[in-house]
Amino acid sequence: MMAGIILACSVVLLLQFFVSYCRSLIAVSSKRVLSAEVKDVTGIQRLASGDDFKRVMQLLQLCPERPEDRNGVQAIGAYFRLLNFLRSTVARVVPSMQAWTESERGHCAYFAAVALERRISFSRDMLAQQMDS
Amino acid sequence: MVVCAIKKGAFRKYFFLNLYMAASVVVTIVRFRVLTSYGFTSSEYIYLYYYSDALLTIFLYLALSSLYAHVFSELQAERYVRFGTLILLAGTALFSYGVVEQSTTKLISRFVVELSQNLYFVGLVLTYVLWAAILKLRETRARLVQIVLSLGVYFSLFAADYALRNLYPSMRSLLISFLQVFGCFLPLAWAYAFWRLPEEARTVPSRLAVVPR
Repeated sequence: MMAGIILACSVVLLLQFFVSYCRSLIAVSSKRVLSAEVKDVTGIQRLASGDDFKRVMQLLQLCPERPEDRNGVQAIGAYFRLLNFLRSTVARVVPSMQAWTESERGHCAYFAAVALERRISFSRDMLAQQMDS
Repeated sequence: MVVCAIKKGAFRKYFFLNLYMAASVVVTIVRFRVLTSYGFTSSEYIYLYYYSDALLTIFLYLALSSLYAHVFSELQAERYVRFGTLILLAGTALFSYGVVEQSTTKLISRFVVELSQNLYFVGLVLTYVLWAAILKLRETRARLVQIVLSLGVYFSLFAADYALRNLYPSMRSLLISFLQVFGCFLPLAWAYAFWRLPEEARTVPSRLAVVPR
């Protein structure tokens, strides 16, 4: 009984903290303006759509990984899956949820595009260092 | 995480967070040494594991209380936070002692395990209260907000795992192995907060809440 209550409380709090944490990661990256090059590659001009996320993630996986980004990218990937789940279940019953999940999915795609930009410049720096040595 | 904090000049400001992480590194090294010398099932390793876990939990509790001090710093409430922290720690210790009092054998060992588990749950509740205070006081320091939120995720994961282990004892070994993965989350999230976010970065926490305020 007690374990069940603790489980219920911790799952509710986990969701609450997890969503807020992911939104704080997204809020930091949303202030960055994408370079023209990344805009061309991703097809994101000003506002990203949730449908861009998968494509941007595929591009992201082509670039060498940066250890400091890994945690954030994984967290946003999990958040995106949670949003997809909500979109296909709760949002069908609650119409206002549909708009919210769509806007959040777009923010996730923008976060991934910012991470892609960082990885591209990281790869360039690595290549420049190799050329110098 | 400690290296990131030192590099970004935040070691002293977030001293207890760094103390906890540095202690985690030392404890992990000592545990590994004892594990290789005495073996996984040895009483030396089991005692070291549970006693060091209790010590780390107390350090994490102190780290959490230092985050309270940061959030309430403008209200000049550090003295009250310190006092409240000690009272709650003593209360949790007394409650834990009350639970294991009936045991006739290994009273101290049972107390240490009980204290550690109870402090985790107290930590989760305190982190939630701190998040509510951040929203109420309109705290805008992005780094502090992210540190508190990642601590909340970490505590919730541990509390959920603990509850699942009690509900499904047959899955105990699988659920214990998840703890290793959860354990990586906090240092990575804090390192990210120190490395990526400057102290002067600001955010609007009310926009981060699940229910908009």
